[in-house]
Amino acid sequence: MIRGGGTLRRMTNDSSVPAIEVTGLRRSYGGQVVLDGIGLRVPEGTVFSLLGPNGAGKTTMVQILSTLIRADGGVARICGHDVRREPDRVRAAIGVTGQFSAVDSYLTGEENLLLMGRLHHLGRAAARRRAADLLKRFDLVEAAGKGAAAYSGGMRRRLDLAMGLMGDPRVVFLDEPTTGLDPRSRRDMWDIVRGLVGRGVTIFLTTQYLEEADQLADRVALLHHGRIVAEGTPAELKQRVPGGTLDDVFLALTEVEA
Amino acid sequence: MTLVVRDSVTMLGRQLRHMRRDLSTSLILLAVPIIFLLLFVYVLGGTLGDGLDDGDGGRAAYVDYVVPGILLITVASAVQGTAIGVAMDMTEGIVARFRTMAIARSSVLTGHVLGSLLMILFQLTVVLAVALLIGFRPNATAIEWLAAGGLLTATAFALIWLAVGMGLAAKTVAGASNMPMPLTLLPLFGSGFVPTESMPTALRLFAEHQPFTPIMETLRGLLMGTGVGVSGWVAGGWCTAITLAGYAWAKRNYDRDRTR
Ligand SMILES: Nc1ncnc2c1ncn2[C@@H]1O[C@H](COP(=O)(O)OP(=O)(O)O)[C@@H](O)[C@H]1O
Ligand SMILES: [Mg+2]
Repeated sequence: MIRGGGTLRRMTNDSSVPAIEVTGLRRSYGGQVVLDGIGLRVPEGTVFSLLGPNGAGKTTMVQILSTLIRADGGVARICGHDVRREPDRVRAAIGVTGQFSAVDSYLTGEENLLLMGRLHHLGRAAARRRAADLLKRFDLVEAAGKGAAAYSGGMRRRLDLAMGLMGDPRVVFLDEPTTGLDPRSRRDMWDIVRGLVGRGVTIFLTTQYLEEADQLADRVALLHHGRIVAEGTPAELKQRVPGGTLDDVFLALTEVEA
Repeated sequence: MTLVVRDSVTMLGRQLRHMRRDLSTSLILLAVPIIFLLLFVYVLGGTLGDGLDDGDGGRAAYVDYVVPGILLITVASAVQGTAIGVAMDMTEGIVARFRTMAIARSSVLTGHVLGSLLMILFQLTVVLAVALLIGFRPNATAIEWLAAGGLLTATAFALIWLAVGMGLAAKTVAGASNMPMPLTLLPLFGSGFVPTESMPTALRLFAEHQPFTPIMETLRGLLMGTGVGVSGWVAGGWCTAITLAGYAWAKRNYDRDRTR
């Protein structure tokens, strides 16, 4: 019975309160319009990928959704909370792994995680348990006691992601999580992301790689010149263009205006 | 515990850990006042001491005279570490991460300020110990020691906030490390190393009215028991003013949208 109730609540959540809901979002830098009226809806427990070339505005989007910067116009809600009016509610619901490393290089991997635990006001024992679990899941057990400054790119990324998960977020933002990683580390990261999905977390992932979106995302949106020029499941997008790969979609849609 | 206190304590813990891991920076900054102290006492102190008011006190008189200036150099040198630490935090992504978390926003800066304050009090103790070793003979009462400690703490607090502002305003870590540098020399252009009466008029006017002079005069009066007079009030006023200005500046820089 209890379980049934939980499922029911979850289902109503899915239909009424999406994990991420964005309408008419705009943002400029100086005279340059970066986001020009973006609308999105990401249901709970799904993986959404924002795909776009360098400079498309992906990081700007993540920064607005994660309360780091403000939009010039439009509305964005995370789990029903307005990013502008209730930033702390939003912050309590999200975990962020930015495009650039956000670990404390003076601390060891484990200390970084425990710092996050303290800032999430977890009890000491709970924090230790969660840190140990994340270190194991992300293959950082051996490196746990080493200073983060000595970590390789892939290890740093994994630690970064683990830090974002210490607070047990409902929505996770990953801004180009595999850019600059070698193929092996990229695959490890993909496995980690798939593992998160299994736990019911909603994932908002940006990438420049079509293959990555294809591998991980339930839905993909293509960001080009400040607008979403195509959105759908990877399969839907492939059907829209002769050639039938996401690459073809990408080329077709970005060349029209170029 | 409220959230603000709790997060601030966490951030203080983080700072103390940073300082332990990066002891070399603190040691280099601590070496500056000690070198000044040894240089001025042993190389120049014999002559300078004879030139002080009471005639031919020599090196022994000069040690007593120069210690307040050295203590301010200690503080000024140490806050370079504050500016560097703050600037490093801003250039690394970690502070951006803190901003995406539901924590007290101010706690990052509070951690820096409290961490620096503890570090500076420690450094002042070391410098005082060296001074005592080479012949510094204060004759302050317990109350006067307490007052001197309070004034040094207030001065440190003021310069720390100023340095936090610098660390936030600087574009690079190197820039942040250079900005507080002039503070280290400021005691020389005041009553720190020679009485201001011996200076040419223009310099003397500056020396007598710059903030460090009343602070050093007050410290000297307290430590040597020669009386404080009005300089105590002026010193307190400067500390308050610098603290408020540094705090306001830091807050403005910290709150601004760093991407615009
Ligand atoms: N702080 C900033 N100041 C000025 N322009 C910026 C700033 N941040 C981003 N931009 C501009 O906004 C556009 C989108 O940047 P960004 O969101 O980082 O793209 P992406 O993450 O997709 O590579 C780029 O043209 C970039 O130059
Ligand atoms: Mg980017």
